[in-house]
Amino acid sequence: MADFPENLKYTTEHEWLDQSTPAVIGVTDVAAEALGDVVYLELPEVGATIEAGSVVGEIESTKSVSELYSPVSGTVTEVNSEAVDNPEIVNQDPYGKGWLFKVEVTGAGELLSAAQYAEHTGS
Amino acid sequence: MGEDRKTPLHDEHVALGASMTPFGGWLMPLRYTSDLAEHRAVREAAGLFDLSHMGDISVTGPDAAAFLDHALVGYISKVREMGARYSMICAEDGSVLDDLIVYHNAPGEYSVIANASNAELVLAKLQERTAGFDVVLKDIQPGQALIAVQGPRAVEIMLATAGLVEDAEISGGTAFADLKYYACMGMRFEGTPVLVGRTGYTGEDGFEIWVSADKAVALWRAFLAAGEPLGLVPAGLSARDSLRLEAGMPLYGHELDTTTTPFEAGMGRVVRLDKVSDDGTPVDFVGRAALAARKESAPARVLVGLRGEGRRPARADYEVVQRGVGTEVGAVVGRVTSGAPSPTLGYPIAMAYVTPEVSAEGTELAVDVRGRAEPFVVVPMPFYRRPQN
Repeated sequence: MADFPENLKYTTEHEWLDQSTPAVIGVTDVAAEALGDVVYLELPEVGATIEAGSVVGEIESTKSVSELYSPVSGTVTEVNSEAVDNPEIVNQDPYGKGWLFKVEVTGAGELLSAAQYAEHTGS
Repeated sequence: MGEDRKTPLHDEHVALGASMTPFGGWLMPLRYTSDLAEHRAVREAAGLFDLSHMGDISVTGPDAAAFLDHALVGYISKVREMGARYSMICAEDGSVLDDLIVYHNAPGEYSVIANASNAELVLAKLQERTAGFDVVLKDIQPGQALIAVQGPRAVEIMLATAGLVEDAEISGGTAFADLKYYACMGMRFEGTPVLVGRTGYTGEDGFEIWVSADKAVALWRAFLAAGEPLGLVPAGLSARDSLRLEAGMPLYGHELDTTTTPFEAGMGRVVRLDKVSDDGTPVDFVGRAALAARKESAPARVLVGLRGEGRRPARADYEVVQRGVGTEVGAVVGRVTSGAPSPTLGYPIAMAYVTPEVSAEGTELAVDVRGRAEPFVVVPMPFYRRPQN
């Protein structure tokens, strides 16, 4: 049984976000593990207006490329430049230092609780 | 599509926590922990690979050598006893059906090692080509496992592995200390004969060991027990792919396929148009006429190495383009066959087929990485060469 932080919300595309303002967004350890070692991140621009469910960036690992979806609509207020410079922290600490970007939220897509996400991933 | 086959080591991989992936009709370990950690372990210490999915066809009988000279593009009758040779099997039109390693592993007896995805085809094609030759072909892959120990500490690990011993009666005349690169010998593991080849697909020194399936788990565990203190880790297909790419080695289905001859792939050296039979007449091997013509004609495309100047890696099937302004994508001049961030070198590397006009070393090109031109430059291969000591 995987242990997903209870205080976070999740998407079926394996992103998480917290409840703070602005909201912090990252990818789950399920995503990090499935991707393999992350080697390159493309994150949205600070100030960009993004839509829930739309592609806002890319996560590239040694073996594959995945699109990064935003769980919420709003304005990007900050991106994690440390993760851009050292993408391996996404694997090492996906819920902490490996966060990806922050959004001033205006609306949300469909979000899952930790228990729902666990069910979704079958873990 | 049938269910993927499992190697004799399947349960070991699962117990080690491997992510398993379908590959060539088999369920194989993709990675155990981290691609990068496994890759680096092979470069710095050693990695342990399960290669039991590889095809293994024995060729025996009085005409075995002459048959292989006819069926393959290489000069197999020149491979000395206990020697090994990289070769290819081509169609009549010169296109590559598979790349192979041939071991001359007993007097007049050979083993042809084929890629898993092509093993059935290779057996069928070899069978078709036996007409007029007194040979027996046998699929000897079932019932055995193939384990590779690859890396600078491979020799130490082989020597430290409990139960793995030399036996002059089955060695084929070589002592382990004298086993050369691309040669093989017989040894024993817990009394059972095993075949040890000093071969590999990683760009490092290393060994490949064929063992009967009933001893595979014991040998795997013995390698891990002996090797772990020396830095050995189990390594999956993901690391194997990035290691072979750094070493500039082709992968069937990427650099080689049925639309490619060995010449375009930069592998013309494996085609031996100079083969003669015992009576001195040229050997009319399958594909000879087409390959002789291809050798003389200018190729339409050439395999090159590319080094990325940015951070974004190119991937297989991405288009190689002329450099334009900024990230603008220019005219298409080729296609990437393999690409990844190089863990050892720290920049993206790729292999690509390009038109001859842009194939010279130092040519500045770009790769269309999902709509954006990323700068790449043509460089010699291999990208990585192990330090010689």
